[in-house]
Amino acid sequence: MTDKNASTSRKYLKPPVTEVGVLGWLRENLFNNWFNSLLTILTIYSLFLVIPPLIKWAFVDSLWFSDAAACRDIDGACWSIIPANARFIFFGFFPEDQQWRPLTAMILLLALVLYSQNRRSWNKLLFPIWTAGLFVMGWLMHGGLGLPVVETAKWSGLPLTLMLSLFGMVGAYPLGVLLALGRQSRLPAIKSLCVVYIELIRGVPLISMLFMSSIMFPLFLPEGITIDKVLRAQVAIIIFTAAYIAEVVRGGLQAITKGQYEAADSLGLNYGQAMRLIILPQALKIVIPPTVGILISAFKDTSLVVIIALYDVLKTTKVTLSNPKWMGYSSEAYLFLAVLYFIFCYAMSNYSRKLEKALHTGR
Amino acid sequence: MKLAKIMALVMCLSLLSAGLAFAGKDLDAVKKKGFIQAGVNGGVFGFGMPDEKGVWKGLDVDTARAIAAAIFGDAGKVKFTPLTAQQRFTALQSGEIDVLTRNATRTLTRETQLGLNFVHVNYYDGQGFLVPKKLGVKSAKELDGATVCVLPGTTTEQNAADFFRSHNMKWKPVVIENTTELAKTFFAGRCDVLTSDASQLAGTRAVAPNPKDYVILPEIISKEPLAPCVRHGDDQFRDIVDFAVLAMINAEELGITSKNVDQMLKSKNPAIKRFLGVIPGNGKALGLDEKWAYNIIKQVGNYGEVFDRNVGPKTTLGLERGLNALWTNGGLMYSPPFK
Repeated sequence: MTDKNASTSRKYLKPPVTEVGVLGWLRENLFNNWFNSLLTILTIYSLFLVIPPLIKWAFVDSLWFSDAAACRDIDGACWSIIPANARFIFFGFFPEDQQWRPLTAMILLLALVLYSQNRRSWNKLLFPIWTAGLFVMGWLMHGGLGLPVVETAKWSGLPLTLMLSLFGMVGAYPLGVLLALGRQSRLPAIKSLCVVYIELIRGVPLISMLFMSSIMFPLFLPEGITIDKVLRAQVAIIIFTAAYIAEVVRGGLQAITKGQYEAADSLGLNYGQAMRLIILPQALKIVIPPTVGILISAFKDTSLVVIIALYDVLKTTKVTLSNPKWMGYSSEAYLFLAVLYFIFCYAMSNYSRKLEKALHTGR
Repeated sequence: MKLAKIMALVMCLSLLSAGLAFAGKDLDAVKKKGFIQAGVNGGVFGFGMPDEKGVWKGLDVDTARAIAAAIFGDAGKVKFTPLTAQQRFTALQSGEIDVLTRNATRTLTRETQLGLNFVHVNYYDGQGFLVPKKLGVKSAKELDGATVCVLPGTTTEQNAADFFRSHNMKWKPVVIENTTELAKTFFAGRCDVLTSDASQLAGTRAVAPNPKDYVILPEIISKEPLAPCVRHGDDQFRDIVDFAVLAMINAEELGITSKNVDQMLKSKNPAIKRFLGVIPGNGKALGLDEKWAYNIIKQVGNYGEVFDRNVGPKTTLGLERGLNALWTNGGLMYSPPFK
C-alpha cells in the first residue's frame, strides 16, 4: 500500500530543476566539468567587458541625425555621417535632380533577382523579362529617349557596385562553363587555349588585371580612341571570375562517373545534347557551394575598382571620410559598409543553400 | 606589380616618340568634342574633391573650369576624371584626359621623360612639420630623436630622411598608408611629429580634437610647385592652358574680380582694356574669342577669389596665402604682361 501510494505521488513529481529547462541545459552544456565551467565564466566575463561599452558607444552616446559639429562633443558613435552623406555614398556623381533614376534601376534589379529566385518562374518567359528589365535599367542609368544623358563616368556608388557584380557574375558564369568544357575537350587547340587562359588569369591577382585594363590597355590603343572606363573594369572582372568558375565546374565534371558519359553515348546523343541534358545539370548542381563561394568573393572584389578611381560604394564612403568635416569617423562608416556588404553576401549564401536543398535528388 | 610599372613606362616612352607626329591636334580635338576632359584628384579637400551633392570642388577643379571658360566661354564645359597617383600621367599620355589639374609637382624628369608640359604653378606647396604645442619645439632643427608619422612611398618620406640626415639628427619614422589613419595615429600621440605637404598639414590640424594644441613649424623642407600639365605635341593648347592660369593671377594684380568685371569693361586703363578684350588682340593671338579672359573672371573668378573660396582662411583648411600671395604682397604669383 505504502509503496503504491508513494509511486502514484511520485508519478506527478517533476524532475529536479537542475536537470531540465534552462538550468538543466546550462548544466549540461556550459558547466558539465570544471574546464568548461572555467571557459564559460571567462567568456561571460570578456563579453561583459566588451558588450556594455560597445552598446554605450553605438547606441547610448551616439548621434544619428546631426551635423558634424555636434558630433565633436560626444563620446559615442557619430552615425550622422551616413544620413548626412547618404546621397553621395549611394549615388556618387549622378546628378542630384536625376537620382531617382539609379534608385529605380536598383529597385528594378532587386525585383528581377527576387522574381527569378523562385524556381517556378524559370521558364521561357524569364529570358525576355530579363532582357526587357536590363534594357529599362540601361535606359534609366544612361538616359536618352526623353531622359537627359548621364555618361558612365558619373555612374557611382551602390548602383555601380551592384552592376559590376551582377554583370560580372552573369558574364563570367557561362564563360567559365565553356572554359571548363574546353579544358576537358579532346581537341588539342581548344584544350591548350583554355588551359593557357585559365592558368594565366589565375596566376595574376585581380588588382593587376584592373591596373592593366586601366593603365596599360589605353596605351595600346591609337591616340584619341578610348574605351569606357567602367566597361574596361567590367571586362576585367568577367575575365578574372570566369577562370575561377571554370576550375570549379571542371571539378564538377570530373565528379560525374564515366557511366553517365557512356550512357549518354549509348543513347545516341551527340556532344552538345549529352552535355546539356545529362552531364552539366548534374555537374553544375554538385558545384553550387563552391560556385557561390566564388560569386560572393567576386562581389566583394568589385570594391578593388577603387584603385582605378572608379567610385563604387566603398570609394564614395572613403571620399566622405576625407572631407575635414567628417574625418575621424571612419569606424562608423566602415561598420555601415560591413553591414551593407554582409546583407548582400548573406542573401547570396542563404539562397544557395535553399537552391541546393530544392535541387537535391538524393543521389 | 613592379613589372607592370616598368612595362607601362616602356609603353609610355615608345608611344611618346610616336605621339610627336600628331602635333597641334589636341586643341582641335577638344573644340570638336565640345568639352574639356580634366584629370583631378578625387580625395583632397580644397584641391579636388566632390562635395555631399557630388559636385566637384577645389582649387584644381576651378583651374580646369577656367580653361573651359577660356576655350568655350562656358566654365561648365568640363568633365572630370578622378585619377590615382599612378594613373594620372598615363591618362594624359593616352589621351583619356586633355589636361591634368591634379596637384602634380613639376619636376625635370616628368617634364622630359614622361613627355609632359607643365604650365604656370597654381599652388606653391612645400613639406612641413606639425607638432603638438606641449612638445615645446619652436624649430624643426630641435627634432633630434623624434618619432615622425609619415606616408610611405611618396617623396615626403624621402624628403624627411634627407632633412634629418643633413642636420645630423636621428629620427624614427612611423609609416602609415592612409592619410586619415595617419592623422588619427598622430592625434593619439603615437608620434611626436607629423610631416606632409603644408597644405595637408593645415587640413589635418583643422580636424584635430583641439586644433589650438598643434602648431606647424616654420621650416619648409621641400619645394612642391603644383601645376597643371598637358602632353607634348600641341603648343597652342599648352599656351591656352598656361594663360588661363595666368589670367586669374593677372586679374588679381589688376584688381578685377568676378563682381566688378562688368564695370571694369569701361575702365580707361589700357592694361585692363587689353586684358578684357576691349582692345582686341590677345584672343586672336591665342586662337580664342576676345572675351576669353573676361569669361574666366566672370565665371570662375580671379586667383585670390578661387584661393579664398577653396582653401583660404575662411574655409576648413584655413590656409594663409604665403608663397601663393601676389609678388606685390611678398608671394610668388607673378603674371607676365598680357599684350
